[in-house]
Amino acid sequence: MATSKTLGESLRQHGVSRRGFLKFCAATASMMALPPSMAPAIAQALEKARRPSVIWLSFQECTGCTESLTRSFSPTVENLIFDVISLDYHHTLQAAAGDAAEHAREQAMNTNAGEYLVVVDGSLPGPNANPGYSTIAGISNYDMLMDTIDGAAAVVAVGTCAAFGGLPKADPNPTGAVSVQDLVKDKPVINVSGCPPVPMVITGVLAQFLTFGTLPELDEYGRPRAFFGQSIHDRCYRRPFYDKGKFAESFDDEGAKAGWCLYRLGCKGPMTYNACATMKWNGGASWPVEAGYPCLGCSEPDFWDAGGFYKALSVPTGSPGDVLLTAGAVGAAVGVGAGLMSRNQGKQAVKHHDKVTADQLEEKL
Amino acid sequence: MTPMDFLLLTKGPLFSLAIAIFALGILIRLFEIFALGRAHNYAAARGNEVIPGLKTMYRRFNPDPGTLWHVGFVIALLLFIPHIELIKSTLGVSWPGLPNPVVDAVTAITLLGLVAVLIHRLTHPVKRFLSTPQDYLIWTVTFLPVLTGYLAYHRLINPYPLALGLHIFTVEIFLIVLPFTKLTHIFTAFVARYYNGAIFGRKGIQS
Amino acid sequence: MTQGTHSFSVERGLNAWREEIDAPVAAFFSSCVHCGLCAQACPFFVETGDPKYTPIHKLEPMRLLWEQEFTLWGKLKKTVKDRVDTQLGRAPKPLITDEMLEEWEPLLYDSCSMCGRCSMVCPVGNDIHYMIRKAREGMVASGHSPEGLVAASVRAVNTGSPMGLQWKTLDVQIKHVETATGLEVPIDKQGADYLVLLSSMEIINFPEYLEAITKIFDHAGVSWTLSKTCFEATNAGIQIGSKDIAATLVQRVVDAAEQLQVKNVISPECGHAYTAIRWEGPNAIKRAYPFKVYHIIEVLDQLRADGRIKTEGKEMDRLSMHDPCNLARKSGVVQQQRSLMDLVASNFVDLKEHGEFQWCCGAGGGVSSNERAEPLKLAAFKRKKAQIEEVEPERMVTMCATCRTQLEEGLEEFNMDIPVVGLTEIIADHLVEKEVENKKAEES
Repeated sequence: MATSKTLGESLRQHGVSRRGFLKFCAATASMMALPPSMAPAIAQALEKARRPSVIWLSFQECTGCTESLTRSFSPTVENLIFDVISLDYHHTLQAAAGDAAEHAREQAMNTNAGEYLVVVDGSLPGPNANPGYSTIAGISNYDMLMDTIDGAAAVVAVGTCAAFGGLPKADPNPTGAVSVQDLVKDKPVINVSGCPPVPMVITGVLAQFLTFGTLPELDEYGRPRAFFGQSIHDRCYRRPFYDKGKFAESFDDEGAKAGWCLYRLGCKGPMTYNACATMKWNGGASWPVEAGYPCLGCSEPDFWDAGGFYKALSVPTGSPGDVLLTAGAVGAAVGVGAGLMSRNQGKQAVKHHDKVTADQLEEKL
Repeated sequence: MTPMDFLLLTKGPLFSLAIAIFALGILIRLFEIFALGRAHNYAAARGNEVIPGLKTMYRRFNPDPGTLWHVGFVIALLLFIPHIELIKSTLGVSWPGLPNPVVDAVTAITLLGLVAVLIHRLTHPVKRFLSTPQDYLIWTVTFLPVLTGYLAYHRLINPYPLALGLHIFTVEIFLIVLPFTKLTHIFTAFVARYYNGAIFGRKGIQS
Repeated sequence: MTQGTHSFSVERGLNAWREEIDAPVAAFFSSCVHCGLCAQACPFFVETGDPKYTPIHKLEPMRLLWEQEFTLWGKLKKTVKDRVDTQLGRAPKPLITDEMLEEWEPLLYDSCSMCGRCSMVCPVGNDIHYMIRKAREGMVASGHSPEGLVAASVRAVNTGSPMGLQWKTLDVQIKHVETATGLEVPIDKQGADYLVLLSSMEIINFPEYLEAITKIFDHAGVSWTLSKTCFEATNAGIQIGSKDIAATLVQRVVDAAEQLQVKNVISPECGHAYTAIRWEGPNAIKRAYPFKVYHIIEVLDQLRADGRIKTEGKEMDRLSMHDPCNLARKSGVVQQQRSLMDLVASNFVDLKEHGEFQWCCGAGGGVSSNERAEPLKLAAFKRKKAQIEEVEPERMVTMCATCRTQLEEGLEEFNMDIPVVGLTEIIADHLVEKEVENKKAEES
């Protein structure tokens, strides 16, 4: 259902100023680590870009990712970018339902074979799991994903569930949930992790695809390096307090009020790679750490199982105290046993003591 | 295995395994010593045993490079905030820490000190003569946690889960190796010092 | 098992070590990190520079036995090793061989005076000399002790003196002292306060000692006696490292003291004799004494403190002092000799490291009885010599016949004209004689 309308036309139709558009292009350029001189080129390319077809598959998810992308308090360029793609299938947003909805998906796949983008949010039960845990229109998530990606140009896994399995995959993972990249091996997979991800990261990835027809450079987790290249800790405005060793120790102490580092309250910023600290949320209003809340590490794999949210990063995940006590008690018992054995050896030696006499010594001379 | 898998492995099951081996091993070693006991001493004592014994426990810290890095090691181990959090979660006790830049500087000195003692061991005739492969092994397993900790703090290994995972992993190696090598001196040296102080103390000398 | 065969063997030696390994030994071996600091405390290493004289290295064979038989970890390693050997069909290599012990014999005897200085500096707190003493038990039982010490032990047990000295020799000297002083030397006096012991070396080399105590005790009105059945204080068993021999010799002292029913026993100016009787003796015979044991210096200082020694005049030349290891570091007698020096010396200067941190003269622990160790004994003396040169005394004072002989020989070897004197003699030289006469005049 791709139309001939270019992005530029669409933007103008929605009343976005040239100035606002260029600002977005400059920001996109900087996020992609391109020199500012590239911004006009991006603008030019974007203006001419055709609306690509996007099929959005929602599996084991909470719709938080969609909420994050769509629920803005004022229209932004990001939203408009989102608006102007040809979102041909998205069962939360589309008007059609039932067979009509599925029909739309199939039609988009046929019409744009080899060119469309597949966006996935949510994890899905793996091929060996009971498919009944998550189905759409009687089709298992697995079958729908494998069927849909067949003709796709690329797959964007939006949100930590799609990227890494997320909450459904958390221990004990009752539904056998897996991530998109666990299943999709023959198509490029771009992970836009986060629970939810920063909206601009999605639009940024789309912008690059629209501009250059290329996919962004990815890190070892398949995430766009431009957005996930630096840790929260490294870009955190509270970092100077960490470096000075000033820490809040409870949510209402003087340190918390003074805006000190939240490490001891469980902040996972040091191990978390995301753009929150630089792009912030809600139109740049704030972000969790600025709101006085430790980073949960939501854009990292297995973050649900990576220790308590309110436990410092350095705290082990098991119960080492119990292990220490048990092993210590056993060790003490074994040690006493072994020691008594040795002591008995000494006593035996005393029993076998052969008295040294002058006569014996004299024989030596 | 992704860096995060590795970190979670080191923070979870491996850590439990390491401290289990450590606690089991070191307590065996200690009780093995105590259970041997001492023969009754029939000679009339000139002095007390307990007080000089306790005094010798802390009087043997000489101001030399060997002590320097030991002190640095202990400061970094016990006064770095993330370590305090770990101890608090494991043992339920905590104490105030030092500002990170101070621990950072101490760690740098500790690393230099460790390198210095290794050079000394390799060059000093007595040390070289006495040294066994085990001496170099324990140097290595002691050096690595300090080094990886330093690198992780300065984020010189990326991504960070790998850096932190390596740090924790080297600590686990240290803990596992400890009871089976002369790293036991961390604990037994105080026992040895007590006995030394007590033996001399009985004869009226503070050793 | 060699029980009853009475032949010295490795196995008998290892059995002796098994008897000796206790909690402190296990703690010490568990703690050594090969830092090598003990070498810097040892005159034998410092003056030879040979790393094999590092104190802790001298204990390596005993450490091997401890590790293999007294630690669970060692036992496990041994089991695995034996399994591997059985699998490969080869004979297991013995842990400690006769050749090894032979190699270690000079390390444990010739290059160690058991001065205990290493035990004071070890950063992990290892009491190395405590272990050397124990290690020697195994060396004796395995037949690896130096000929000189074996001979001294045999003589001590068979004749009552390590030098083969007889009572008649001492008797001549007693007569001589009595003539010179006009005082009686009490012999076998029942119920005396003090039983005085002597050392053979003193009797031969320093006869002035007996004269000195005769004078001092008369001056202070001390009730004392010699024993005809046991005059020898030294204990070759302690030096060679055999508690059996030591017990035999100590028993003689105890028998004599109990027979005469004395309250106290005085060890002479001899370091090891004092530690032998004072500290090791009760443990060798496995019971506490019914009397107390003092070094002569302790007795003299007590008399001084009680005001029973009146002196006049002081030595005017520059005097320094050598603390015998056995007396100072190993027995806690440090202040007493200094208080006595203050009484009789106006120009006393201590060596820089003295008291519990003094350096050994190099002759103790049986080194002086071991002819093979002569070159090492002289080498080790160089540390003492350096210490003496630092303070440049005109004379040296000491209170141990072995130290005194070593100092005299060593200083002569290096052409240093510094006479060595015993502290007891100096005290005797300064006694106020008139007071005694006055007292006698008053009484009459």
